[in-house]
Formats: sequence, C-alpha cells, structure tokens
Amino acid sequence: MSAPSLRRLRAIMAKESLQIVRDPSSILIGLILPVFLTLLSGYSTNLDIEHIAIGLALEDHSPAARDLAASFTATKYFDVRQGGDRREFTDALTRGDLYGLVVIPQTFSRDLARADVTVPFQVIADGSVPNTATFLQNYAMGVWQAWMERRARERGASATEPVRLAPRTWYNQELVSLNSLLPGGMAINLTLIGALLTALVVAREWERGTMEAMLATPVGRFEMLLGKLLPYFLLGMMAMFLCLGITLAVFHVPFRGSTFALAVVSSVFMLSALGLGLLISSLSNSQFVASQAAIITAFLPAYFLSGYVFEPSSMPLPVEWLSRCIAARYYVSCLKTLFLVGDAWGLLMPNMAGMAAIAAVMFALTLKNSSRTLS
Amino acid sequence: MNPALATVAALTMRFGASGPPALDALTAEIPAGMVTGLIGPDGAGKTTCIRLLAGLLHPTRGTLTVLGRDPVTQADAIHARIGYMPQKFGLYEDLSVIENLRLYAAVRNLPDADRAATFARLLGFTGLAPFTTRLAGRLSGGMKQKLGLACAMIRRPELLLLDEPSVGVDPISRRELWRMVRALADDGIGVLWSTSYLDEAEACDHVLLLAAGHLLFDGAPGALTSRVDGRVFQVRGIAGNRRAVLRRALGQKGILDGVIQGRHVRLVAAKDAPPIDLEALKAGPEAALVAVPPRFEDAFLDILGGGPGGVSALARQMEPKTPRRTAVVEARNLTKRFGAFTAARDISFAIRQGEIFGLLGPNGAGKSTTFKMMCGLLKPSAGQALVDGLALGKSPGAARARIGYMSQKFSLYGTLSCRQNLEFFSGIYGLAGARRKAAIEGMIDIFALGPHLAASADTLPLGFKQRLALACAVMHEPAVLFLDEPTSGVDPITRREFWTHINGMVERGVTIMITTHFMDEAEYCDRIALVYRGAVIAIGSPDALKDEARTPETPDPSLEEAFIALVARSDREEPPGAAA
Amino acid sequence: MNIARIQSLVVKELLAILRDKKSRIALFMPPILQLGIFAFAATLEVKNVSLAVLDKDGGKAAVELTQRFSGSPYFTKVFSLADQGQVAPTLENERAMAVLVLDANFSRDVAAGRQATAQLLLDGRRSNAAQIVEGYAELVVKQYNDDLYAKRGLPGLPATLVARNWFNPNLDYLWFTVPNLIGMLSMIVGLVVTSLSVARERELGTFDQLLVSPLSPWEILVGKTLPAMILGIVESVAIVAAAILLFRIPCHGSLTTLAFCMVLYLFSVVGFGLFISSLCNTQQQAILGTFTFMIPATLLSGFATPLETMPQALQLLSLANPMRHFLAAVRGIMLKGMPFDMALDTVWPLAPIAVVTLALAGWFFRRGLD
Repeated sequence: MSAPSLRRLRAIMAKESLQIVRDPSSILIGLILPVFLTLLSGYSTNLDIEHIAIGLALEDHSPAARDLAASFTATKYFDVRQGGDRREFTDALTRGDLYGLVVIPQTFSRDLARADVTVPFQVIADGSVPNTATFLQNYAMGVWQAWMERRARERGASATEPVRLAPRTWYNQELVSLNSLLPGGMAINLTLIGALLTALVVAREWERGTMEAMLATPVGRFEMLLGKLLPYFLLGMMAMFLCLGITLAVFHVPFRGSTFALAVVSSVFMLSALGLGLLISSLSNSQFVASQAAIITAFLPAYFLSGYVFEPSSMPLPVEWLSRCIAARYYVSCLKTLFLVGDAWGLLMPNMAGMAAIAAVMFALTLKNSSRTLS
Repeated sequence: MNPALATVAALTMRFGASGPPALDALTAEIPAGMVTGLIGPDGAGKTTCIRLLAGLLHPTRGTLTVLGRDPVTQADAIHARIGYMPQKFGLYEDLSVIENLRLYAAVRNLPDADRAATFARLLGFTGLAPFTTRLAGRLSGGMKQKLGLACAMIRRPELLLLDEPSVGVDPISRRELWRMVRALADDGIGVLWSTSYLDEAEACDHVLLLAAGHLLFDGAPGALTSRVDGRVFQVRGIAGNRRAVLRRALGQKGILDGVIQGRHVRLVAAKDAPPIDLEALKAGPEAALVAVPPRFEDAFLDILGGGPGGVSALARQMEPKTPRRTAVVEARNLTKRFGAFTAARDISFAIRQGEIFGLLGPNGAGKSTTFKMMCGLLKPSAGQALVDGLALGKSPGAARARIGYMSQKFSLYGTLSCRQNLEFFSGIYGLAGARRKAAIEGMIDIFALGPHLAASADTLPLGFKQRLALACAVMHEPAVLFLDEPTSGVDPITRREFWTHINGMVERGVTIMITTHFMDEAEYCDRIALVYRGAVIAIGSPDALKDEARTPETPDPSLEEAFIALVARSDREEPPGAAA
Repeated sequence: MNIARIQSLVVKELLAILRDKKSRIALFMPPILQLGIFAFAATLEVKNVSLAVLDKDGGKAAVELTQRFSGSPYFTKVFSLADQGQVAPTLENERAMAVLVLDANFSRDVAAGRQATAQLLLDGRRSNAAQIVEGYAELVVKQYNDDLYAKRGLPGLPATLVARNWFNPNLDYLWFTVPNLIGMLSMIVGLVVTSLSVARERELGTFDQLLVSPLSPWEILVGKTLPAMILGIVESVAIVAAAILLFRIPCHGSLTTLAFCMVLYLFSVVGFGLFISSLCNTQQQAILGTFTFMIPATLLSGFATPLETMPQALQLLSLANPMRHFLAAVRGIMLKGMPFDMALDTVWPLAPIAVVTLALAGWFFRRGLD
C-alpha cells in the first residue's frame, strides 16, 4: 500500500464536501430533517399529560358531592364534561373522546360520613391507553386527597398522615418531558446522518461506477474511508449544534453541561454511527438495500431501544440486552445528562467507552469487508 | 510488435462455481505505443479482462503481469502508472469539469507545479476548455467520455485501460476520441480499448477478439479481414425491393452473411462457394455484383460460420397490414421547449407505410426529444406528432394499441421470468384467451425462448434479453414500431437476426421508426432524418445523404463520413452560439 | 377500464415484488422485527425500579418502611447508601432511579405520632418514569400509613381509590402497543410496496413502456393500487392474527368492522405512497420521501404521545394523517368492541384522504410528458 498522503485525503474530502453541498438528499437528511424533526417533536411529543378529557357523572346532588366535582373541574389536569348519569358517557369512552370517567354515586354522602378506607366514588379509566390511565388515577387520587385535607382543615380536624412522602425531582423540577425528549431526539438525527446518509452515498458510488475508478488510482483504503468520514462527521456536528440551538432558543430546554463535553461525546457517537453506515454500505452496494438496512439496524433501534422515549430498564431482559448493543442508548443517556445535570464525567465516561467499543467493532468489520477488489 | 506492457497467460476467471467462466484461458499481450482493441459483444469477458489488468479482480487461475508487476500483490504500484476509465466514465456527476480534474490530479499525485500546464493541455486536447464550470452530469455523452479520458490520463500513464469508451456516443465524438487516443499511442502509451462496435476494430493496431470468454483472434485487424478477401460483394443497381433481394440472397447456398447498405446489398460468400447466382436474386436488369474490400465484421461472421437465414418466422406469421396511402407517422412542426432552451424546433417529416425511418444525430441534438414526442412520451410545446392521424399523447388506448416500443434499455421487468414478461405484455396490449396463448407460444417458438422461460429476465444472456424485448414489443402485431437504439452492445449474429425480423415485418406493411448510433444499422433505413441542434438538417435516403456530402476530397463517403460532414456544414452555415 | 389489462398489471406487480429477494426482505423484515422486538420495547411502563435508601435514622420505623419498599413488586433493586455524599453521584450516574432519604428523627416522629417526612429524590431526566415511580412510592407509603392506623386503632382517611380500567383491566401495555403496531406496520407495508413502484419503473425505463401501451393513467393507477392493497391486506391479516393468537390481545369488536376499517386505511396509505412515488424520479428520492412522510405520520398519530397535548395547528395537521384515524378505530374495535356505526364515524376521513391522494397520484403519473 502506498504511503498515506495528506493531499489525496484533502482532495477526497473536498470532493465529498462539494457533493454534500450539491446533493439535495444530503441537505435533506443533514440539515432539513434535523430542524424539521426537532421542531416537530418539540411541538408534538409531550408526555406531560394535562387537560385529560374525562366525564364526570354527578349522580349525587349533595353539597359535598358538588364541591368535590368542582375540585375536579378546577384542576388543570382534567377537562371535565359533566353529566348526571354514568351511562351518558359510555359511548364517548368507547369512541375515545374521553379517557376516563369519575362517578360520584348517589351513595356518596352516605359513604363519606362512614369514613371508610375506600373512597366513596369511582374512577373508570380507559385502559386501552395505559399510560394515560395510570396518570388519570394518580391525578384523581391527588384531587381527592387535596379535597379531603381541605375539608378536614375547614372542620378544624387534623388530616395528617403519619408518614408523608415528600417527592423532589432533581435536574428537571417541573418534570417537563420536553426537557428530556428533545436532547434524546438529537441521537435520532445523528443516527440518520451517520448511518443512513453515509450508507446511501457509498452505495451510490458503487452504483455510478465512481468507486471503481477510484479503486484503480493510488488512493488507499484508509484515505478513501477517512476522506469520506470526515465531511460527514462535520455535517453531523453541524446538525447537532443546529438542533442544540433550536432546543435552547425555541424550547428553552436548560443546558447545564459544557459545549466541550457535548462535542466530545457527540464525536464518539458520530464515529459509531458512521461506522455502522460504512459497514452497511460495505455489505450492500445498492441504495435500496443500503437504505432498508440503515432503517432497520440504525433508525428503528435508535428510536425504540435507546431510551429516547421508552425506558430500556423496563424492557424484557433479552430486549434490554439488545439495547446495550445500540450506541444510541449510551448517547441518549449522555445527552440527557449533559442538558439537565451537567458534565457528570462519572456517567459520561462509561457511556463513551460503550460507544467507542461499538465504533471499534463497526470499523473492524468494515475494514474486513471492504476489500480493494470488486466481485 | 512493440514491447509488451502487459501479458496474460492462461487467464481464467469464474464468478460463482457454476456456469461457464467469464474468461477462459486467455493468453495475450498488450504492446506499448499501440491501440489494442478488445473487441466482442456484451458478455464476452471484456470488462472482466480489464478489471483483472487493473488489479480490481483476482483471477481464478492463470498469470498476469502489468508493467512488470503482479496486479494481485502489487496493485498499488500498478495503479500509480496506469490510467483506467470504467464504463460510465467514472465521473462524479455533481462535480464540475474542473473539479473532477482537480480530484483526479490530487489522487493521482500530480505535482502542483504541473497542474496548470496539465489542465490547460488536457482541456485543449479534449475541447472542454469552454465548459470547465459545468457539472459533469450536465455534459453530453461525448463530452463525458472526453472528460473521463482526461481524468484517466491526468498523469501520463504508461498503460491506458478504456472500458467501452464509445458506448452511447455519437460518431462525431467517437471520431474525436479516436484522434486523441491515436495521439497517445503515437506518444508511446499502450492503450487497451474495449468495444462492442466491430467497425472500431479496423482503427486498432492490434485486436483481441473475444466471444463468450474465448479468444477468437489475436493479431492485426488486417490479418483477420484478409481471410475474406475476394469473397465480399455488393449487389448494386437493384431495381425494386432490396430487402427481398437480401432475403433471397441469404437463402442461397454459399452465402454466409448479408446486410443492407443503403441502396445496395452487401454479401459475404463462403470459402470455396460457387459464384453467387445474381439471376436468382431477382434484383432487376441493372443489377451488378461488385467486389468490395472486406470489413472486420465480415471476417468475424466468417469465423463464426455465418449469420442467420434471411427469412423471418416472426413476419411470416403476421397478418399483412392493410395498405394505406397517407403517411402513417407524421411530425408537423414539432417544437419542444424546456424553459428557455429549445430542444427541438419546427421538426416535420412524414413516414409512409412500410418504411424504415431513422433518426440520427449527435448526443444532445434533440434526437431523443423528437423520438419521445413521436411515441407520446413527451408533450410537444407546439406542433403535432401523429400516428395514423392521431396524437398518441392524447389519444385513447386504442391508438396506442397499434404501436410497439422497444428501447435500448430492454424495458423488461428484470425480476419477472421470461414467460411472465410475455404474459404481462400480451395482457396490457389486450390480448386474451386463445389469441393470447397463441401469441405467446408463437413468440417462444420464433425466438427459441423455450429453455429460458423460467429464468428471470435479468439473468438472461444479452442476446436473449434483446429477443425477448422484441417479442414483447411485437406480440400484438403493431402497425408501427418505435425502436430506440435497439441493438447497442448486441453481438452481430443477434443483430442480423433482429434485422431479418424487422425487414420481414416491413414487407408485411409494418412501419418502423428507429434511432441509432450504429452507422451500419442506419444503412438499413429507407430514409434518415439527421437532427442537429434541435432541427432536421438533412433528410433523405442513406445514399442521398452520402451524395449530399460528396466532395472532391471524399468522392465516396461512408454514412459516418456523411454524418460528420453534414453536421460540420451546418456549423459553418450557422455557427454554434448564433443559434441560441 | 379494461379488466384484462388491469389484471395483467396486478399480476406483474405482485410477481415483481415477490420474486425479488430484496423486496421480500423489505416487506417481511420490518413486521417480524417490530412484533418480535420493538413491541416489547415500546412500553411506557416502568418496571425493575432501582431505589437507593439513605437511612440517617436507623430506627425501627425507618427499617420497616425500607423493608416495605424492598418487599414491593415495583422496586426490584433496593440498596442503601452510607452518607449524604453518595446521594448526588448515585442519582447522577443513574445507579438508582430514585433515592429515599429518611431523616435522623424519622422513627422518633413516627413513634411520637408526629408527621414524619420521607423524602423521595427523583431523576428528572426520565420525566415520565419519575412520575410513575412517585406513584409507586405513594402506594407503598400509603399502605404503611394504613397499617399504622390499624395498629393504632384509628380510622384512616378513605384513600383507597376504586379504580377500574375498562377495556384493559390490568393495564397490560402490550394491549396498547400491539394494536397500534397493526396500524404502523400496515402503513409500512403499504408505503414500501407503492412508493418504490413508480419510481423504480421510472429509473429502469419500464414506465415509458407502460405509458406507450394502451393503458390509461387510470388503469395504471388501479394496477398499482390493487397489488399494494392485496399485499397490505394479506400482511395485515397476518399481523392481526399474530396479535390475537400469539399476543392474546382480545378482539371484542367484529372482525368485519375491523376489516372494513383496514381496507379503507390501506386505501389512504396506498394513496399517499403512490402520490410520493409519482413525484419521484429515482428510488433514492422515493426512499427519502417515504421516510420523511413516515416520521411525522408516526409522531402525529397518537401512538407515542397523546394528540390532545399538541398545539392546535399540529392537531389540525394530524387530521390528514391516515394513521391517526385508524389507530383510534383499531383500539376501539379490538379493545372496546366499537360497533360499526361508531367505527365508521371514526374512520370516514380516510375516504376523502384516499380519494385526494390517489387522484393526485394519477395526475402526476403523466408528469414528465410535459
């Protein structure tokens, strides 16, 4: 193999950069899609469940019942549609217009006086959307407890429980889900640039015959790989900072870490994504296969298994193990930490080690598969 | 012969364990200072051979030496000293001319000090100097090819490997390319030029003729053509139908091969055959048999033992078309504008029933635009394209059912089997029931597709793909057949077979419109329209065009020479740039 | 319209897809992977919670409460911290999802009948999980309180909510994920089959062949729509069968109603696919176009996040998203036994979506002729 030459490397990088600038699909995946995805997910993915539409069947007309109903109406968690009979709401529940139903039965005042451990009203949640159902129950319980305490205070009685749980949330006091979703979403964008775009461009070189022409020149394999990687690496970093800008400026997500740490962590992740892209392209030389492979092995795992939305620790064990082979999982963890905690190197280091290991495996496999001959 | 730059001995290449080898025990040399032609139809093993020489493939068996090195173990040392232009020219289409040059200059380690001078020399040499900032993807085929060549020779290589540089390139660009390559060879560079155009062999100093992985001939082209010396004739002064004359001639014992050349018929007699019986050809009282110098292709056909017969089984089973007096295909003041650019301007012609009408022209001259408007694939900006008096773009399916279409890309469905393709095309042309079955069986029979029926169209040998494409285009017995470069890359025997069918169908009253870059294919046409810079600059029979181009310097121009002369004349009358 | 010609097109289209190994993989891999792996991954449930306890008290009550936590099914990994200094790193480095801090006078307060405070520190990086973990902890503490009341012979506050979950009594997350995946996978199939079909034919040159044939654009449209419908229906039936038989998801509604909605849904998806395809000249454009459509379609479908929390503009936009309407219907039919008229009421927007997209696709087929 001829000695690596900086000049050849520069030439290939210059070529690749020009192609990025001129190719609409690079611009689409590299710049437009990240901005679009960040904005769209910023506005659309919100796990903070407020204004849950519920029905309230007020079958008891005592003042206490009305007072409790008013408590439900007052809270921001619920959008209450009131009625006199629970049967009025069955259709709306089936249709999905309502997520639940609070029934204050005729027996409410009687049972209230009995002071049983069981609350004297019922909550019916639409179990077909389990997450919302869980929240609905928790919120209903909250409304009830607040109501009971206020009532007790008004009567001068103590309503204190022996042990009070005082929850405090660190890093994201208000539990704004966007604060953790948006940083995680950056991993999806970098995965698309690193894996999908890289796989597509290399496959295109095979399809158009330019790879063949290059292979017959003194360009070494190393120069070819590096010359391709660096521009896409830079494109990925640009996209990352673009997302960062939108996340901070439009959605006011806090950023407590340092840009330096973010750049370092993102670089390591970018390497693993590029490694995957190159590996895919070294195994497939048509754009169709490359894109399918990239979507199946890079995009879908980055979405489902990275912890971006779904918690890997809650997944069944084999799936959780699988998620440990996904570089995005380590990156998402780093991103959330960098945004909400700060430069917690104790967490960043092991995660970077995980990404680096995956990147090393990808590159080793790529080098093994990208021979300099055709066949 | 000059010293060898590359030698191969008993070189064999197999892809996969089964099937015949792509190259079978090839032994040959490529000398310095010469143009070596690697000639053969598609699938002969040309590309495999070139890739092996470039160190891009490792041979199954045999030895190679390139510039004194072994391409398997010392590919890098070889890459620094060769130039290689793959098919499709290896250009980055989204890079400009100068950016492609810069890239190849850098990867080929051209010293910076030499860069300006080298670029100036190459741009001058290729005539690309006015287009340095144009994207390679926007260049015409001929210009791409020249740029590809410039990139391959950016550092004066010792050996230049060119893989099918002339595919899809018009005669003018081809001629310029030959001029350049000739200059390189004279400079001492060894050039290996692979091509499926047999007429290019004659321009080579040394020829390696390949067919199905076997070397059929190795030597100077003259050495091959001399084997048919004195056996090649033209029937001249034919009165009446020259296609019928050809058919009769090919039926005569002792005639190996025959083609139509304008108003004449060219025949090759077998060795030791009895003299050709001119009477039996019924060519008219004026007919005469004139001995002509042999061509490479004549000799090639002789090696292969001659072409197919002259009778088309396809035409025989076709119903004769009802005669019509009016034009079957007509272009009336066709104009096509793309934005500010006028691709075709005011084009008019009329094609009679049973006529073969050719559209010729340099790349990017408006030939394909016109063709597409004629068959309804492009809507004219002004004017009309009529088939049987109807505009195809607007007309109902019934009018389109009367045409057949076959393009250079063999528009078959690659993942469908041979039979499934036949079933599909018969189906969309509305054949049904017994008629459909008969048509399919007929095609299988005529084109001998039987053994390949279950194979995916993609995996068929090129000759069979071409046959299948023709079968699909004519199953519904169209009145008009549109052919877009129908035989590029196809071996000469299949090409002759193809023309036998076309000639036969024409005799049954089918009308043909064809575009081609093959001049010998153009010779089959009754009339040719030469399209240049968006307009028809000449129209007439091949001989009329030759007559038009006749000058004292070229008293007997070939069709290719006529083509070039007429384009040059148009440039003189209306210099480029003035037209825009 | 000529039935025989269309039939030829349909057969060709099906063969072209099914005879090609790559297309087969593109068609069957995503459903298998998604049902086999991602169905289990796509859960917002929180399980296997790890909890660190900093017990500064060490008294009886503190130990008891800690034991309550370790004994609960939610907190599978409970470990103790030695001092305050360990709290921050434990949470920061994700060694525990939450930290329970019991102050030095915790047991004394409990014994004295004063209100004792147990502090729960949650990791806000996982905002959804944090809220759910808080709910779990509340339950543990409430039960501890109830037991204290009982021990002291006091009536507790009525604090046990009789919550009933209709349609999915155990809040099994798969009952949510799998019906949604039916909608998502049917969309992938419909788009993969259609979006590449026109673009591939354009790229390979066979589309010209169709355009010069007697086929009218509308026949081509039907010939492209039907095979995608057939493949979509076959694969959807397989997915529904897998959902009911393998995942044991109940189907309370009628399968006919489900089939009706599915067909309507596939029509609208195929319409989008053909529309995207008719705009593209190359397969690469088609792939990227499909992808660019799929992501917002998924985000705005109500699958991962509820639609109600989105800004008004996005909610309006989501009305054009076929998946949104179908997901509501498939959940309704399978889990809630939604009757036909109500299902129709939910999915009717799919019909105009299909008509508009298919008409646009047919219109754009002849693009390039100009």
